[in-house]
Amino acid sequence: MDIHEYQAKELLSGFGLRVPKGALAYSPEQAAYRAREIGGERWVVKAQVHSGGRGKAGGVIVCDSENAVYEATDKLLGSRLVPSRTGKWGKIVYRVYVEEFIPIDRELYIGLVLDRKSERIMVVASAQGGVEIDEISTSRPDTLIRSIVEPAVGMQPFQVRELAFKLGIDATHLREYTDFILGAYRAFEELDATMVEINPLVETDAGKLYAIDSKMTFDDNALFRHPEIAELRDKSQEHPQQSRAADRGLSYVGFEGEIGCVVNGAGLGMATLDMIEIAGEQAANFLDIGGGASAERVAKAIRIVRLDENVKVLLVNVFAGINRCDWIAQGIVQALEQDPIDIPIVVRLAGNNVEQGRKILSLSGLPIIRANTLAEAVERSVRALNAKTDTAQK
Amino acid sequence: MSILLEKDTAVLIIGISGRVGEFHCQRMLDYGTRVVGGVAPGAGGRSVHGVPVFNTQKEAVQATGACTSIVIVPPPFAADVIMESADAGIRLCIAITDGIPAQDMIRVKRYMMRYREAQRMRLFGPNCAGVICPGKSLVGIMPGDIYEAGNIGIISRSGTLGYEAASQLKEVGLGVSTSVGVGGDAITGSTFLDVLTLFADDTDTELVVMIGEIGGPQEAEAAEFIRHEFTKPVVAYVAGSAAPEGRTLGHAGAIITAFGERADVKAGLLKEVGAVITQDPASLGTTVLDVLSRNK
Repeated sequence: MDIHEYQAKELLSGFGLRVPKGALAYSPEQAAYRAREIGGERWVVKAQVHSGGRGKAGGVIVCDSENAVYEATDKLLGSRLVPSRTGKWGKIVYRVYVEEFIPIDRELYIGLVLDRKSERIMVVASAQGGVEIDEISTSRPDTLIRSIVEPAVGMQPFQVRELAFKLGIDATHLREYTDFILGAYRAFEELDATMVEINPLVETDAGKLYAIDSKMTFDDNALFRHPEIAELRDKSQEHPQQSRAADRGLSYVGFEGEIGCVVNGAGLGMATLDMIEIAGEQAANFLDIGGGASAERVAKAIRIVRLDENVKVLLVNVFAGINRCDWIAQGIVQALEQDPIDIPIVVRLAGNNVEQGRKILSLSGLPIIRANTLAEAVERSVRALNAKTDTAQK
Repeated sequence: MSILLEKDTAVLIIGISGRVGEFHCQRMLDYGTRVVGGVAPGAGGRSVHGVPVFNTQKEAVQATGACTSIVIVPPPFAADVIMESADAGIRLCIAITDGIPAQDMIRVKRYMMRYREAQRMRLFGPNCAGVICPGKSLVGIMPGDIYEAGNIGIISRSGTLGYEAASQLKEVGLGVSTSVGVGGDAITGSTFLDVLTLFADDTDTELVVMIGEIGGPQEAEAAEFIRHEFTKPVVAYVAGSAAPEGRTLGHAGAIITAFGERADVKAGLLKEVGAVITQDPASLGTTVLDVLSRNK
C-alpha cells in the first residue's frame, strides 16, 4: 500500500527525522493561509499523488509570495498529473502540501528496500540526491552504496558510519546522519514497510539534515497489525474497480484491453494475460478470486469485472486446487441470473469437483461458451471478441 | 525414487482443526498420504478424521515420529508455527498459507540459521500448493487426480500453473516424478536452485519443467546452476511477459522492480543455458513431448 508524501513525513518525524515545516491544503485560500502560518518568504507547493516522478510532471512549484502559493494551488488542484510511472491515465490531484523552502547545500539519496537476494532489509545510498533512483542505477550505478541489515540485531551504527564516510560527509555531522538513518530503519522495521525512500535528504549550510521528499510503501500482508497505517489508504488514488475488489478481499489489476478475466491464482492470471497477448489482444483486467472462494465471492468478482466499461468479453478461467468447481459454477450462475449478461462469457473449469461444476453450468441453460483447456479458453474469448467487433463494424 | 516424499513419509498437519485444515486432511488421507497427527493448541487429545490432535508440535513429533509438516494456519500465526516446526525436529515443512508478512519471513529464515546445515529444516512456501509424488504421497492442496506417476519433475512458483503443467503432461501421456511448489511470496523457504539440486540426483527424473514468473532473482540463479552443473533437459515458462512494470500481480512476489526481473529477460537467461522456453503456457505438455523425442 502506498501513502502520500505528507503522511510519510509525519510518520518519519515520529522516528526523529527532521522534515520541513508544512501543512496540507484543499483549496487555494487554505494554501495561502498555510503559507502565512508557516512563515518565511519562500514556499514549495507539492501535489499529493501516489507516484514518483512528480517534479518532472510539474507537480512541485516553488513560490515567492502568498499570492504565488494561491495560484500554484489553483493550478494543481483537480488537474491530472501524468508522471512516467502511473500509466497513461495519471493521477488526479485532490490535495496539496505547502512547505517551507529549505536552502540546499548537499543532496543525498537514501532508500530502504526488501532485498530479495539476501532476504533482508537493505539500505541504499547515493551522493546523487534529487534524481530518480532508476536513473541513478542506470546512469551512475557506481555511485550506489549498499548495506544489508542483520535481522536478529537490526541496523548498527557502524553500518551508518561506513555509508556516511563513503558518501563523503563531514565527520562533524556523523551523529546527525546516524540518528537519521537509524530512525529511517526503525520506521521501516516497526511499521512493516516494504520501501522507505528519502530523496533528497538535504544537508543545509548550517549542517542540518532534512527529509525534503519521502515515500513509503507498506506490506499489504502486515496491515492487520498496523490499523493506523491501513487508515492512511487514499482510495482516490486507486483504480475504482481495484478499490471495490480490495474492499471485498479480492485482488484486481486493470489494463487497457477488452477481455475481462476472472481467474484463480496469480500465476494462472499472468499466463492468461500472456496468452491473450500472443493472440494479438489485451486483457481489460484480471481479478484473482484466490483460494477457497465461495459462490458469493465468485458472483461479486464477476460483478466487479463487468463494471469496467471496456470489457467486451468475460473470461472465467479456474483451475481448482484449494477451490471447488461446483462453488465456482454456482457463483457464475448466481451472478448471471441476478444480472443477465449481454456480452459473451467464456468459462473454463478444471480441477476439484469439475464434473459437478460443468453439470451446474449445463443445467442452468445460460448462454455460456465452454472451454476445457487454457488454450481453448483464450482462443474462444478472442474469437468472441473479434466476432463482436466485426458485427459492430457492419 | 522421487524427491522429498516417500509412500511411508509421516506427516503432521499444523492447523488441523480449522475449516481448511480439516478439508485438506480428508483429501490427503483419501490420496493415501500417511497423516499421523495434527496440531492445534487447546485441541490436544481430540481427533480429526481419525487423526490424533496434539497441543504442541514437539509433543506430536515425540508421539508419532513425524518428520514432515504442512502448515495450514491463518497468516498472523504462520511464521510462529514454522519456527515451531524447525525447533520440534521437523525436517521438511511445507507452508501453504498465503499472506504472511515479509518481515515475518525474514525472521523465520534468520531463525532457521541457528541450526547447522545438516540439521536445518527444509522449508517450501509460503504461499505454495505443496509437494506431490504421484502414487506415493501428497502433502499440499493440489487436486491429486491430475498427476500421473512418471519421470517429469515440476517446479513452480505458482500453484495453478503447476496444475496446468501436470494436466497437460497427463494429456500427452506423461507422468510426474515429483511436483514442488516453491511459492509466490517475495521471500520463500527454498528456491528453484534448491529443487534442481535435488532433481539432479534423482534417477527417476528425466526432465524438469520449471515455471517461473516476473520478480526476484530465482530464475537467474537457476540459470547459473543449469549452465554449470545441471545436465538434464529443462523446459521452462516464465509467466508475466504481458505484465507492466512496478505493479504487483496477485502474488506478493510477482512485481518487477529491477531490470533483470522481467519475464523476457529471465526467459532469455534460461534459453542461453540450454533450457527450452515455451512462450505459450498452453503448450508445456507438447513441448516436453518434443524435447523427449528429440533426445531419444
